[in-house]
Order: sequence, then structure tokens, then C-alpha cells
Amino acid sequence: MTNPVLSIRNLTVALPGMTDRENAVENLSFDVNPHEILCVVGESGSGKSITSLATMGLLSPALKITSGEIDFCGVNLLEMSESLRNFMRGDQMAMIFQEPMTALNPAYTVGSQIEEVFKVHRNLSGEERRKETLSLLNEVQLPDPERLYGAYPHHLSGGQRQRIMIAMALALDPKLLIADEPTTALDVTTQAQILRLLKDLNANHGAGIMFITHDFGVVAEIADRVVVMRHGEIVEQGTADQVLSNPQHPYTKALIDAVPRRAAENKTEESTASVVINVEKLNKTFHTSGGMFKPARTIEAVKDVSFKVRLGETLGIVGESGSGKTTLVRCLMRLIDPDNGSINISGVDFAAPPKSQLRQYRKDIQIVFQDPYGSLNPRRTIGSQLIQGAMNFGISRAEAWQRVYELLEIVRMPRDSVNRFPSQFSGGQRQRLCIARALVVQPKVLIADEAVSALDVSIQREVLRLINDIRDRLGLTVIFITHDLRVAAQICDDVIVMKKGQIVERGDVGQIFNSPTNDYTKALLAAQPGQDWDIPSFTEEEILAEI
Amino acid sequence: MSEVTATSTALSPRRMMLKQALRHRGLLFGGFIVVTIVLIAIFAPFLAPHDGYEQVLSRKLIPPVWFDSPKATWDHILGTDHLGRDYLSRLIYGARISLMIGFSAMLISGVIGTTLGVCAGYFGGKVDLVISFLITTRLSMPVVLVALAVVSLVGSSLTVVILVLGFLIWDRFAVVMRSATQQVRNLDFIASAEALGSSTPRILFVEVLPNVANHIIVIATLEMAHAILLEAALSFLGLGVQPPDPSWGLMIADAKGLMFFDGWLIAIPGTALFLLILAINLLGDGLRDVTAPENRG
Repeated sequence: MTNPVLSIRNLTVALPGMTDRENAVENLSFDVNPHEILCVVGESGSGKSITSLATMGLLSPALKITSGEIDFCGVNLLEMSESLRNFMRGDQMAMIFQEPMTALNPAYTVGSQIEEVFKVHRNLSGEERRKETLSLLNEVQLPDPERLYGAYPHHLSGGQRQRIMIAMALALDPKLLIADEPTTALDVTTQAQILRLLKDLNANHGAGIMFITHDFGVVAEIADRVVVMRHGEIVEQGTADQVLSNPQHPYTKALIDAVPRRAAENKTEESTASVVINVEKLNKTFHTSGGMFKPARTIEAVKDVSFKVRLGETLGIVGESGSGKTTLVRCLMRLIDPDNGSINISGVDFAAPPKSQLRQYRKDIQIVFQDPYGSLNPRRTIGSQLIQGAMNFGISRAEAWQRVYELLEIVRMPRDSVNRFPSQFSGGQRQRLCIARALVVQPKVLIADEAVSALDVSIQREVLRLINDIRDRLGLTVIFITHDLRVAAQICDDVIVMKKGQIVERGDVGQIFNSPTNDYTKALLAAQPGQDWDIPSFTEEEILAEI
Repeated sequence: MSEVTATSTALSPRRMMLKQALRHRGLLFGGFIVVTIVLIAIFAPFLAPHDGYEQVLSRKLIPPVWFDSPKATWDHILGTDHLGRDYLSRLIYGARISLMIGFSAMLISGVIGTTLGVCAGYFGGKVDLVISFLITTRLSMPVVLVALAVVSLVGSSLTVVILVLGFLIWDRFAVVMRSATQQVRNLDFIASAEALGSSTPRILFVEVLPNVANHIIVIATLEMAHAILLEAALSFLGLGVQPPDPSWGLMIADAKGLMFFDGWLIAIPGTALFLLILAINLLGDGLRDVTAPENRG
């Protein structure tokens, strides 16, 4: 075995005062070997990004490394001068960021941004630089490198941009590549391609890759070794096989247990309950008006969509970004006006009448949004936001408070939440509060628009259970929008797969997962990370042993 | 699991803001000066040593006490002007006029600009088109020129100056409110409120306004300073506050003939004007730092 590229020993990074814990990471020790992909896994706040930034020397000035060392090829980086480290960045060690949209400078062509790396670190002629850049574009499997060379970042898709980022990182054949959640912002099919690309490149280049992720599916797909972090400390490390099939630490077990599983084949009998939502031939097109120099464009966001949902059912709508699923639900709620088609929600026509007439029926259909930070008004107390809905429909103040307290109990939040502001709650807690707010008007239909996508897996599972629980208790009908088939499998009875505004397949969960008929559905399923991983199951005691 | 019942120990947003405000030097300094000048203006009759209107021609052009001159006397700390009126008393009464014009003009323009801006930002479409056209029209008119034209047509009085300024300087309110509202409008809690059946006025007042209020406060301070400067400029040109009412701009105008002989006549009201504008701007800057949500933990 060769010497490790990177060897972190007892690294401790202190957090500035007024935070919930003293150190961002504490006593961290691990190695990255050449030709190896090391996955650092953890939920948000576990200190995984801090670790990567500390290694690159890009920590924000508020954070101080208080002890430990970071050895890179036998040299302690922490004793190195800032100019020397700057010289090493990009040359010896490189980084890929999560957001390909913001990591590239929109004012320069991608070709010149890749060339920049050569300009800074190598003494090459313009012709040589161009040649190197084109061969890199080729290596990251971008089509038509000649054309892409002169393209600006906004001409490219998210996946293509991430490939450009990878090309930049690989330009000088670094010994260490740090990838901080490089696929989190991408669609599953794109994610699968990027992961495959990274794996191939890892075989050809000697670099050790430190891959930071929160997704155990991705870990199963790509990792050679795994480090599991929690609250800034390593709870477990080992080879991928050990950690994934036979985890030792209860926290790792809990995390793995929370990973959504594929649905088993269990045919539910045809429901005979009454139809709550009936959508027929719904269409919505967006027009961007042409300016003086640009032609007008028309986008068919929702095209000829028809479906029915029965009482007490959970319908999943699955699709990648741009598939029109969000437009569809916004039409359903009449937050935007559909072009034509009919929407019938428990006997009320939602498509035709003007918005002012709809107000009294609004309470029948409620929504929980994706972003737990944008969906609560930061300037109002939770209580005033929760009772608002009930008061709008003429319920007395006393009764409204009564309902709010009952709902807080149902979503398992303390009663004194009502006096606090949204900034005092975590993402998962806010999402519970949003659910409570939606339920205050006693709707018949609850729409969850990517309601768990922004949450950590363990919290995600909690919220999913909560939604299931509420549906059964209150007799709700749920429409669950998600991009993640694994999540849909956990909660939905039926699933609709959408692509470019159209429904390509509908069926019950088991059928969609085990015998999909549409090519796109098959592609989506094939792109799910961690296919071959046989997820171990644990008993409650094993998980609760320590946490 | 573990996170569900986590209690929060964080301060409420208001307490956090107060705490930050008390640490912000510029804000404290600006706030202190503004409050002092406001208090002086309110209690002017008790503070002014003389009647600011009384002309004693035998005692004209007495320099301030720190001047090495036989005429300087503690009776007129800041001296007297070319008509023998006590300069300190005029300065104190002048603060009243400056502040009143600044505040009233800011209120009028604030109401106009915020209403237009929030409507344009929230409703978009045709409403936005019309209001944007209004804003562009307003921006293409030079303020001082229009003010001069109007004042010379209808004649000059305090009310006219306030109204003219109020109807002229709402543009910044409208522009900033429009873009701030556009951002807030797209957040999910607005959609939630809509889905929960809140009426449009309710959404505007309860959901939108509190989230753009910090911008209003900041622009309000800037526009107040702007209005005070404009009043001084108009008075200097003889079209603002009319003599014998004391106004800082008018005091500078009166002294311009004596600029080379008795420079302090210009320097004193000039300094007062400078201090007030600086303090208001510091206050606005500080308020922005403290109320901007991204500065809060």
C-alpha cells in the first residue's frame, strides 16, 4: 500500500461563540489513499463541509483550527505559508462544489475558465492551452468540445456545468480531489452519469477523491471507504462493504435504516372510495414575450393531464426538474390559472370560476412547500400564522386556538411554539409547523410539494411517517410531489410519472417499481443510486441503543 | 427522533435587533445627534436665548464669542447677523423648519412611493407597466427645476415647499419597494396565505409589508436628508422658506454677500446642516445593518 495522499490527524476546528456546540469538528482523523474514493457521510451540521474547507484552506475567518494536523503527501498544510497553499490549490488539490450554477463565472466562456487554471499554474502557449482544454472536455464526455469551448455557463445544463467543474478540477492532474455534494443539485439521471464519470476518471487518474455526501445511495454507488460523521465527530469508519452491510455504531444503523427502500410487490385492491380530485385534459403554457432582439417562446408546462384521486389515497407525482409537476399543483390550487381543462375537487369546479369566488373553497385543498425557510413569514410569530387560516374562514378566535393546540400535538411540537418566530426552529420543525398550518382549515386534500426534499434522511422519514399518520387519522387525500422515486415508494399508493408536462405512466407503486412499461420510467429507476446495495434492516433496540 | 422536542434558546428577532443596535457605533452616534437636534427643535422657545425675529440694528454682525474681537459677547454666543438678530436663536428655530420639512416631505413621498412600489411589485403585469412608466416619467424630471417652476407659479410658503418636495421625491421609495416586493412575492408563505384564503389587502399588509419594512426605514432616512438639503437649496435660491422665518438654507443665502468678510455667517448654518444630514445618514446606514435579515443569526 502506498502512502496516503491526505492524512488528517486530530483535527479540531472551533466554532465562534453563541452556537450550540463548541467545535465544528473535533478530533478528526482519517486518511485518503491514491486511487481511492472516500465518502464522508453525515447529516446537515455534522461538520463534513468544514472538514473539506479546512483541507483546502478555505475556512471562513471566523472559524479557527485549534489543534491537529493535515498532512498532504507528508507535509503539514497547517504550517505552510498562505501563498504556498494558494499555489497548491488547483494544482495539487482541487475541489468540486455543490452548485454548478454558481461555481462558474457567468461572464466568461467555459473554455477560458478552464484555460485559466493552466495560465495560473503552468507556462503553456495559447495553442497548447487550447489543446489541453479540448482534450479535458473530451475526457469528461462532453459532446462537441469545439462548440462548448466558446459557450457561456448559461448555455449549458446543470449536468454539463458540473462536468466543466470536474474538467477544471482535473486539469492539472491533482493528487487530491474534494467533491462537496457534487450531485445533490442534479436530477437522478444526470447524477448517475456524473457518478459513473467520477468512477471512470478515478480509475485513470491517480487522485484520491474525498467525496462528501448525505445520501447513502450515492455512497453505495461509489465509495471504497466510508467515514460517518455526526456533530463534528467521526462515529464510524471502514470499507464500504463493512459500513454498508454491517455497521457497528447505532447512529450509522439509524441512518441506514432511514434510507428509503424500494417498494415490494404488493398489489392493493382497486379502491372503491369516492373520487375526490378529478382532473381532465388540463393544459398550461407559458409564453415569454419576445423582446426587440429575442423571439417569443412558448413552453408547454402541463399538457393534456388527466387523473383521478380517490378518498384516502396518496398519489405520488414523480418527475425530474422541468417536468411540470410544480406547475400542475399550482394549477390545482389555482395559484396560477390553467389555460383549459377541468379540475373538480370534491364537487367544486376549481378551473373555471374567477379567483374571488374560489376563496370560500380554498380551505378544501392545502399545500406544504419544499423550502422550510421560505414558507413561513419570518416576521410573524408561529401562533399568528397558524390561526390565520382558520380566522379567514370565520372561525372564532377561541376555537381557532383550540385547533392550533390540537394540531401542534398531532405534529408533535411543543405548545409554546406559538410565541416564537420561525428563525428559532430547525428545517424539520418548520416543516411540521407548515403541515399544522395547512391542516388548521381542515382540508380534504393535502398537497406536499417536495415537502421532504430539503430535509436530512432521518428527519425526512419522521415527516413522511407524520404525513401518513395524519392521512389515516384525519381521512385526508394526499398528493405527494417528489423527484425521488425512493421517497415516493415509501408513502404513495399510486404513482404518476411525468416528463415534459405529460403523464408518461401511472400505476400502483409496486407495479411502477417492478414492472415499469415506459422507457422513461425505466431510465429513472435505473438511475437510482445504490441499486445493488442490499440494505440491511435493524430492530428498534439496535438503533435506539445509544442515540 | 432526537430533534423533535429540541428547545430553542435563541432570542426573539426583536431582542436580537436591539442587541445589535446597541453595539453599532455609527447607529448610536447618528441616533444621538438626530435625537438631540429633534429635542432642541421641540424645546426651541425654552432654549433660545433671544427672540430670533427681533432686529437690533445697533448690534449687527457681532462675531461669535471665540473670535478675538472687542464686539464678541457671551450674550450672543454665535454672534448676530446683518440685521442684528441672535444667530444661535435663529439656528435653533431653523432646526424646527428643517426637521418639519424633512419629516413631512418624507412622509408624503413615503406613502406615495410605497403604495406604488408595493402594488407594482405584487400585482405585476399591467399595473407594473403603468407604475413603471410613472416612475420613469418622474425620474426624467429634474427635481430642483420642477420645484422652482411650481414654487414660482403658486408662490412660496412652508406648506407649498413641503407638498412640492413630497410629491417629487417618492421615486426611490417606489423603485426599491417594487423590487423588494417582487422578491417577497415569490416566497412560499405568500402562496400559503393565498391558499388559506387570505384577502389581497391582508396579504399586502400582514405578509408583504413587514418583510419590506426595513427597506422603508432606510430609504425614509435617506429621503429625509434629501428633502432637508432640497429645502436649503430652494431657500438659498429665495424660493423656499420666506424671510423673516429662519431656515438654515436662508441663513446661508443671507450671508453670501458677506462670505469673504464674515465667513462664520455661512460656516455655522452650514455645519449644522452637515451634522444633521450626516447623522441621519449614519442612522439610516445603521438601521439597514441591524434590520437586514441576512445579518441575523
